[in-house]
Amino acid sequence: MSIFKHELKRNQSSFLTWTLAIGSLLMICIILFPEMKDEMSGVNDIFSSMGSFTSAFGMDKLNFGTFIGYYAIECGNILGLGGAFYASLQAINMLSKEEKDKTAEFLLSHPVTRTRLVTEKLMALIFEITMMNLIIYLWAMIVILIIKEELPLAQMNLLHLSYYFMQIELTGICFGISAWMKRGNMGIGIGIAMTMYLLNLIANLTTSVSFLKYITPFGYCDGANVVSLGHLEGIKIFIGMIFCTLSVLYAYIKYIRKDIY
Amino acid sequence: MEAIKTIELTKMYGQARGIDHLDLKVEAGDFFGFIGPNGAGKSTTIRTLLGLMRPTSGTGEIFGLDIVQQREMILQKTGYLPSEAIFYPNMKVKDILEFSSRLRKMDCQKEAKYLCERLQLDPFKKIETLSLGNRKKVAIVCALQHRPDLLILDEPTTGLDPLMQKVFFDILHERNQEGTTIFLSSHVLSEIQRHCTRAAIIREGKIIACDTIDVLAKTKAKRVNIHGSVAVDTLTGIRDLKEGKDTLSFLYSGDMLTLLHTLSTGDVQDLSISEPDLEEIFLHYYEKEENI
Repeated sequence: MSIFKHELKRNQSSFLTWTLAIGSLLMICIILFPEMKDEMSGVNDIFSSMGSFTSAFGMDKLNFGTFIGYYAIECGNILGLGGAFYASLQAINMLSKEEKDKTAEFLLSHPVTRTRLVTEKLMALIFEITMMNLIIYLWAMIVILIIKEELPLAQMNLLHLSYYFMQIELTGICFGISAWMKRGNMGIGIGIAMTMYLLNLIANLTTSVSFLKYITPFGYCDGANVVSLGHLEGIKIFIGMIFCTLSVLYAYIKYIRKDIY
Repeated sequence: MEAIKTIELTKMYGQARGIDHLDLKVEAGDFFGFIGPNGAGKSTTIRTLLGLMRPTSGTGEIFGLDIVQQREMILQKTGYLPSEAIFYPNMKVKDILEFSSRLRKMDCQKEAKYLCERLQLDPFKKIETLSLGNRKKVAIVCALQHRPDLLILDEPTTGLDPLMQKVFFDILHERNQEGTTIFLSSHVLSEIQRHCTRAAIIREGKIIACDTIDVLAKTKAKRVNIHGSVAVDTLTGIRDLKEGKDTLSFLYSGDMLTLLHTLSTGDVQDLSISEPDLEEIFLHYYEKEENI
């Protein structure tokens, strides 16, 4: 487990920065709710009558005046996008950074199988993503209790679980790309997270491309959908996990045979 | 037993050559030099031996273990000093050394402490604050602290000051006395000549000569220095001809008697015929190939 521990230590500061950033934004958003609530009756009408913009963000399906409606859309975007960026960036660099920083030669001239290296690095990623989600989840609950709103536990569980799946899927996809790249590239990580997010917005806009929801992981963690359905969309998550698994398998196959210059 | 043995080991980078049907044998216990200019394939050979790269064809063994199939067992017995000593910049020297020994599942604290003292390396410094020479020392301790049976050193002395180079080679000789095989890749020929017992010369991915240093240095070629004037155009076997105002210098590998006859026809005021140093031998090998 030396590489696992080494990796956690190495990523400590970025883990803390991202968790803190997402946590604080989420907190600000939640704290704003009581103030917004009083003006919501008017706002709700406006938000639900902005045409395609309304449907893109799922505001036609939710009542902004209720806490869970507000939380699913506002906080969902923060945790959804923030988490997606964090997961993608960490994963895209995880394997390739050794080559980019030229530390791969040091690491791989030790008696460590490539399989072990890939496994421990993947475990470190999953551990970090899981910890980040747990901390944010607990933190959100604490803040909600502080502003004395009723805790919508069932819906929150569904929302946070779907974001977690989404981040795991993006982690897997970016991890596969990381095995293939020779140089770390943050641009690709951000690009993938952003593209997936936009694909979901487009799918929300027009039903003719609703199949996109089966491709992007944001398809199954769309807050409005999750809350209005009241359960997770198993098929979409299943498809997502297949993408994720294939990409991770690719990472193993590729990295085991990779030449280190 | 051979510490290193390769048979027709080949590594291609796409169409470009890395090493080409390389046959190399290093006996256990040797202090072996690996000579060649930049781009000849020295580092490629080492990286392929260590499993950092997969060979395109051919086989290689270290202590009888296959370099592709038994990589981890090989690496457990091997210490590698890369030409570029690069580590995680945020870590302290002692953390790097500990991480390295943990990856080997060994406790090397005592040896690490001893080596750090001998090389005058402060284990509490951060890697990013170290100079090139000090980073090199970290790499040396990493390569030596687990007391490997085989040491593979790629351009080990770059960045080290002459005093440290001496300490470093003292340690290497002590280890060699204790039975460690040392494979020293370098383009500093004097280093090889001074320390190694055997050496191989690599050129364009192929071994062009491999023997003891004494035999390599005692090729038929002699360095001939003449003060005076002689017409040497008729001689065959002349290389590296340098003509000055009253001087003439060349490497000669032809018939000695013919040389003496030719010299006697000219106006020779002073003459020396000496063994060329390895540097010249090296040029000799390279030019010989180019003439073909």
